[in-house]
Amino acid sequence: MTATIDFDIDGPAAPPRSNGELVFEEPWQSRAFGLVMSLHESGAFTWEEFRAELISAIATWEEQETPGEEYSYYQCWLSALEQVSISSELVTASDLTGRARDLALRPAGHDHDHDHGHDHDHDHDHDH
Amino acid sequence: MSKAQPSSDRIPMNLRTEALEQLLVERGLVDPQVMDTFIKTYEKDVGPLNGAQVVAKAWTDPEFKQRLLDDGTGAIAELGFKGPQGEHLVVVENSAEVHNVVVCTLCSCYPWPLLGLPPAWYKDPAYRSRVVREPRTVLAEMGLELPTDTEITVWDSSSEVRFFVLPQRPPGTEKLSEAELAALVTRDAMVGVAQVSA
Repeated sequence: MTATIDFDIDGPAAPPRSNGELVFEEPWQSRAFGLVMSLHESGAFTWEEFRAELISAIATWEEQETPGEEYSYYQCWLSALEQVSISSELVTASDLTGRARDLALRPAGHDHDHDHGHDHDHDHDHDH
Repeated sequence: MSKAQPSSDRIPMNLRTEALEQLLVERGLVDPQVMDTFIKTYEKDVGPLNGAQVVAKAWTDPEFKQRLLDDGTGAIAELGFKGPQGEHLVVVENSAEVHNVVVCTLCSCYPWPLLGLPPAWYKDPAYRSRVVREPRTVLAEMGLELPTDTEITVWDSSSEVRFFVLPQRPPGTEKLSEAELAALVTRDAMVGVAQVSA
């Protein structure tokens, strides 16, 4: 992982000479991708609505860019997904924050695999 | 709408994603099976091999090539390639005089049905800003030294249009089959940051 956003032709952001690179670096990125695709297909929001939020999230990151902070495209993607989900009234901001805090309070050992997005996690009791 | 972040940046992204997924699934707004199918499709099935087949067919079938240049979306549908981010496909052809390179300056627009999801460098702020300002330098840094009299055209996909580069067919490939030609074509050549070599 590089700690610079310079055009790093030798680092991980370098253009690969072959086509064989991982599409998603971490499991949550694939979940965030899948959520956008599913919600778009079901008509929960249009692609243009999502894209406008994505552009906004990327622009915000670039304006606030701090030296040493690594650019995370999927962080912008997730922020855009949250925003468009809220503006489309699928969830509220407090729903999201509340649920994420509940998840963070799971006992150790309970969430060591949380970023795999296992479906069985959905049925868990979160009132620890 | 306030632009405030809906959940604190201090909450790890995996938990933010999991929280959103749980809420959407509980409310019946997302079907986990549909979601998993989307993920698997873009992880495993849709990739640059699709675009390589289009390029090889264009190199060997002049009528297809003309249809591809006239109506990209319609022509790739003949080969079964369609879907999100392929609705307004414009194909730009490289020649000895003009080299085309594609960027999305504002986000990450990219012809998914032909190339899959974009690589990290395509989404990187440095590529997005620099290739517009100094394309010849950026291409050279990426290993593509173009003759000084080759004109470089940069296509910004930040609109409804998704651009796709039809690379030049390399010399010495006259006897190759369409399948053999397709094997030569790389993703980078179809974005315009490389050329196809035999």
